[in-house]
Amino acid sequence: MLITSAVRSTHYPANMHLEVAQLHKQFDTPQGPLIALQDINLHVETGEFVCAVGASGSGKSTLLRLVAGLEMPTTGEITVDGQPVIGPGIDRGMVFQSYTLYPWMTVQENVEFGLKLQGIAARQRREEASRYLDVVGLAQFARSLPKELSGGMKQRVAIARALANHPKILLMDEPFGALDVQTKETMQEFLLELWARLGISILMITHDVSEAVFLSERIYVMSARPGTIQREVNIDLGRDRAYAIRRTPEFYHHCETIMDLLRGTATAPLPA
Amino acid sequence: MTVVSPSSTGSASSQSTQSLKPTVFWRIAADIPQSLKWALMALSVLVPLLLWWGLSSTGWVDAKFLPTPGMVVNALVVLWQDGYLLGDTLSSFLRVSGGFMLAALVAIPLGIGMGAFASVRSLLEPLVGIVRYMPAPAFIPLLIIYLGLGEEPKVALIFIGTVFFNTLMIMDAVKFVPKELIETTYTLGGDRRQVLLQVITPYVIPSIFDTLRVNMAASWNLVIVAELVAADSGLGKRIAISQKFFQTDDIFACLIVLGLIGFMLDLSLQAAMRMTCKWAVK
Repeated sequence: MLITSAVRSTHYPANMHLEVAQLHKQFDTPQGPLIALQDINLHVETGEFVCAVGASGSGKSTLLRLVAGLEMPTTGEITVDGQPVIGPGIDRGMVFQSYTLYPWMTVQENVEFGLKLQGIAARQRREEASRYLDVVGLAQFARSLPKELSGGMKQRVAIARALANHPKILLMDEPFGALDVQTKETMQEFLLELWARLGISILMITHDVSEAVFLSERIYVMSARPGTIQREVNIDLGRDRAYAIRRTPEFYHHCETIMDLLRGTATAPLPA
Repeated sequence: MTVVSPSSTGSASSQSTQSLKPTVFWRIAADIPQSLKWALMALSVLVPLLLWWGLSSTGWVDAKFLPTPGMVVNALVVLWQDGYLLGDTLSSFLRVSGGFMLAALVAIPLGIGMGAFASVRSLLEPLVGIVRYMPAPAFIPLLIIYLGLGEEPKVALIFIGTVFFNTLMIMDAVKFVPKELIETTYTLGGDRRQVLLQVITPYVIPSIFDTLRVNMAASWNLVIVAELVAADSGLGKRIAISQKFFQTDDIFACLIVLGLIGFMLDLSLQAAMRMTCKWAVK
């Protein structure tokens, strides 16, 4: 489970800059236009772990789909390293909440699939996939079918599959939302460890405030109908976090302030 | 928390009297014991067989109209020895195979295309929707005028009778491909062609097998209809000849052969599905 620094430096870019500027998204529904996102500005820098939290209806999933290029903005712009996002691309890896493994492929074939789509030779993609299966600790399940895996293992494979493509940024849409509490906590620690070792940039969407506080360095707190960013919160808990941090007063404090913002009952401005 | 109020005990006891009663035979969406399952499956064949034997052997029904099982077995042996059974079965089988495979060859790409692309669906669904309600046997006179009395009109009839249902059933299967699976493929760098060939197509293969099973039965229906109308060989032709000479035992023999062939083809398609799509087998 040791990833060499060579992997880190060759596979993840030294510099990455995601910028979302003046983003509006409107859907036309039979009941009339629905403003999903209004005036969204955010950014993610190299090696950062950033979360967007919000209740349902805050348009947070739409936001991530826009960054992934699966939807197009009504107005505004999304750029990665200055390049405008005009559709899905391998520079932005995506992990969905629902299990999106190809059920007819083995675990190994699933992880290889992105490389296969890009026409990379069989031997090279086998090696690459094996390496990432090692990284997520599932090497011994390489020949298993997805239906033989638990929910947590499926998401590990989905993460390995996204990483094998060497994206500039990993986009995660409530990746642990379908897991039970115990598995969820294990996966959060796993993801933190992975992030620290690989130095990859992550933008994650969640409605779970404690998950966002535990994982990220910065949090965009969203409000609903229309979805806007009401506050950006820095989580100064350091990079090296363990489960015990959840019992500290600082952790509680961050959770409470964000909960208050989400409830719309925030009274005092947050400490910087 | 051991506080129990009189009213809550009352409602609990009335609830227990109203609860669902256990059952073995009438379980909904649940398994029954293996022994019962096999016993019922045996009954499903044995009861009709016994009824048939009883009705025909006791003379309740004239053996001219309802031959005894023994007479039918005898007819089977004679048909086999005369070479008719093998020859007719082979004729019908080849016609079915030809029409059925042609239909599959057209319907699989067409169905996947219509399922995947709303544009292709809009273009073809109205046409397919109307034509599929035209009963295929109604085309027989036209097919004979156009294609004569050989193999072509029979193969064409099976093709016409199955291709539209095949197409629509495969189209429906494509609608069940999860959207996230397609979107994941895009984010992994896949293009539309790759999504179509490497994601949608493998996903619907088990449904294609199911579709083929349904249409295999329809193909046998149609080949018999075609042979009853005009043919010089085939199980349908054999039945028509037997009618002329009032040989009900031969007709029964052909019916049993048709049932067994269909049953075996269905089992082999199921087996092929289990072998090629291990992932879709529960």
